[in-house]
Amino acid sequence: MSLSKIKFDKKIVLSFWIILIALIIAAPTLLPVFRLNLLGRYLSLSIVALGVDLIWGYTGLLSLGQGIFFALGGYCAAMYLQITSSTEFPNNIPEFFALYGVEKLPFFWEPFRSPVFTFFAIWIIPALVAGLIGFLVFRNRIKGVYFSILTQASLLVFFNFFNGQQKLINGTNGLKTDVTQLFGQMVGSESMQRIFFWITAILVIAAWFFAKWVVKGRFGNILIGIRDDEPRVRFTGYNPVIFKTIIFSIAGGLAGISGALYTVQSGIVSPQFMTVPFSIEMVIWVAVGGRGTLLGAILGAVFINYAKSLVSEALPASWMFIQGGLFILVVTALPEGVLGWMQGDGPRNLLQRFGLKRKIETYPSLEVNKKGDDYE
Amino acid sequence: MELLLDSLFNGVAIGSVLLVAALGLAIVFGLMGVINLAHGELMMLGAYTTYVTQLIFKLPILKPFYNSYIIVSIFLAFIVSGVVGILLEKTIIRKLYGSPLETLLATWGVSLILQQFVRSVPLAYGTGLVISLLIGLFLPTIFPSKIRESINYKYFKFSSWIFAALTGVLTGSVISSSVSKLSRASARNVDVTAPSWMRGQVEIIGTAFPKTRLMIIVITIISVIAITLFLNQSAWGMRIRAVTQNRQMSDCLGISTEKVDIITFGIGSGLAGVAGVAVSLLGSVGPNVGGNYIVGCFMVVVLGGVGNLLGTVLASFGIGIMTDLIGAGRLLSIWPDMPLPLSNTINFFATTSMARVMIFALIVIFLQFKPTGLFPQKGRMVEN
Repeated sequence: MSLSKIKFDKKIVLSFWIILIALIIAAPTLLPVFRLNLLGRYLSLSIVALGVDLIWGYTGLLSLGQGIFFALGGYCAAMYLQITSSTEFPNNIPEFFALYGVEKLPFFWEPFRSPVFTFFAIWIIPALVAGLIGFLVFRNRIKGVYFSILTQASLLVFFNFFNGQQKLINGTNGLKTDVTQLFGQMVGSESMQRIFFWITAILVIAAWFFAKWVVKGRFGNILIGIRDDEPRVRFTGYNPVIFKTIIFSIAGGLAGISGALYTVQSGIVSPQFMTVPFSIEMVIWVAVGGRGTLLGAILGAVFINYAKSLVSEALPASWMFIQGGLFILVVTALPEGVLGWMQGDGPRNLLQRFGLKRKIETYPSLEVNKKGDDYE
Repeated sequence: MELLLDSLFNGVAIGSVLLVAALGLAIVFGLMGVINLAHGELMMLGAYTTYVTQLIFKLPILKPFYNSYIIVSIFLAFIVSGVVGILLEKTIIRKLYGSPLETLLATWGVSLILQQFVRSVPLAYGTGLVISLLIGLFLPTIFPSKIRESINYKYFKFSSWIFAALTGVLTGSVISSSVSKLSRASARNVDVTAPSWMRGQVEIIGTAFPKTRLMIIVITIISVIAITLFLNQSAWGMRIRAVTQNRQMSDCLGISTEKVDIITFGIGSGLAGVAGVAVSLLGSVGPNVGGNYIVGCFMVVVLGGVGNLLGTVLASFGIGIMTDLIGAGRLLSIWPDMPLPLSNTINFFATTSMARVMIFALIVIFLQFKPTGLFPQKGRMVEN
């Protein structure tokens, strides 16, 4: 299930990149502001989807709590923006603190006055939190469904915590960013949004290359080994805990970047980013696009969100049915996702069914045990 | 003393809702290794069944029996959620056997569909649909095998589904024409009112306890006893325990694991329905009602370990009592002159949502020492 199955001509690859870059540069002039903003948001969501693909598609860890790290990144970015643009408010702290009678910036927000610290905090803090949660869970060989429901529970715990702390982080109202200033410009302004779109597009490509680099070579092989047969990896002398913790914190860091980009483009970060449905949706983007393909995660995130906004605009009630159906359909009928299906035998089988392509001759013995379930 | 009793009662009341809800989840998880994310929505169906039953019992024919509707709705909720669960097992979960993560995602899809279903389909026709499912699934099986063999089974099944569909449409339209509240779809929350004999409070040893809470505790005790008896005394219970311990071996010894799966899933889902009745007594009922309880159920399953009812019981009451102790800040009133930093910490966590944070942290710490829960299953496998 790797991209290397299809070998493209070098010229085709080059022209693909040229077209892609041209599209990214031209997008702000081609699309209306509203659509451009949506596209930028969905592109930033595709970074968190890349992280989900790394941990689920490659390592077999189904995390239902990526929203935690997504929101943490968002909060870091939003708090920096709020602090730096709060000079005219009393005590030089963001406006909302005054509502709850807080006069001094809570100590853990102090470092966020510095742009350099914030730049690193956006991805390092989520990565550290993910690493800690991951280590505590993996250390005890908790895996499979247990891991999934523990991540979901921790998501809910973070949601409750952030929702209830008005004095520290403005609780359920969240932090607004669209009227804050960055480098003397309003974050919500059109020109700033255009720049954010370009930054997002570049970071998506960078994250894609980074993820490809992570899964290449021995490290990636061990990840796939853990997915397919973890005890065997352990018996061969590797310690799966370390690899799982590393990849989980990488996914957490990617989620943090994604959350920060999403926050500045949607104008607000709130505990709503940590609701249970949102985190499970991230998994379905990857599942539909094709897990273990990386590119599938990006395409899945963008296209499903685009479809969601189109369907919700036209028929608000039906999106839940469609989404629910998508979950069931993709799991039962298309377990490899769209991209995995295209790279595998899918198209050929489809053409064969309509008699458009000749069947490949196979030895009968190859077709016995095709499912491989005799080895369980 | 009174304070302690009060706290204990509140904790047991919270824990008993958790227990009924988690019982079904734990049994299914122990048997099939599958976590059903639609469990909360099956609870929601149970709660809506209570609502529908209540409205139907207000009809002139059934009016004299109105006070007993809550008892009837317990059985009906068990059947409704059980039937939906069996359908779920037959159509989706069976196909995903051996891949629990995929099952998790598919059941999440089911839960989304169920939520939207109660929002956009009138409850009367929803009832009709459940009735036709019930008939369609069970009509072919109740005839003696002699009759079944004499006719072509395919036609037999087909005609019974047609009969089922007709009955469903008929009941749906009868209900919708006679109870106007059920004839329109609505996303609004509905309220179940307890019958008069369940309102008010009872005094035990000088403390007043609300009757609805006592009723919930009674429902829980009866369900736990019934399940324990079923698992330990009946033939099917023995088969379920056998398959839970070793699926392949039981299969080899001639136990139909397929049937065991269906029965267990049906019972687990039915228990979710019973939990739904309890939930409907505590607050208003809406499409999202199940989501409030489901993560608590997961914690019970994680804490209690797999395939052991005692673990589930202890874990539910443990979590229930801890929630009350931390969430209501009762430790402070039990020990008023504790040092300041400690009391500040306790005050910080003294809300229901912050209590959840604390309990989760405690569970994660607990798992560091006992990763497989209170009562782990003994085995020598690498996996598990």
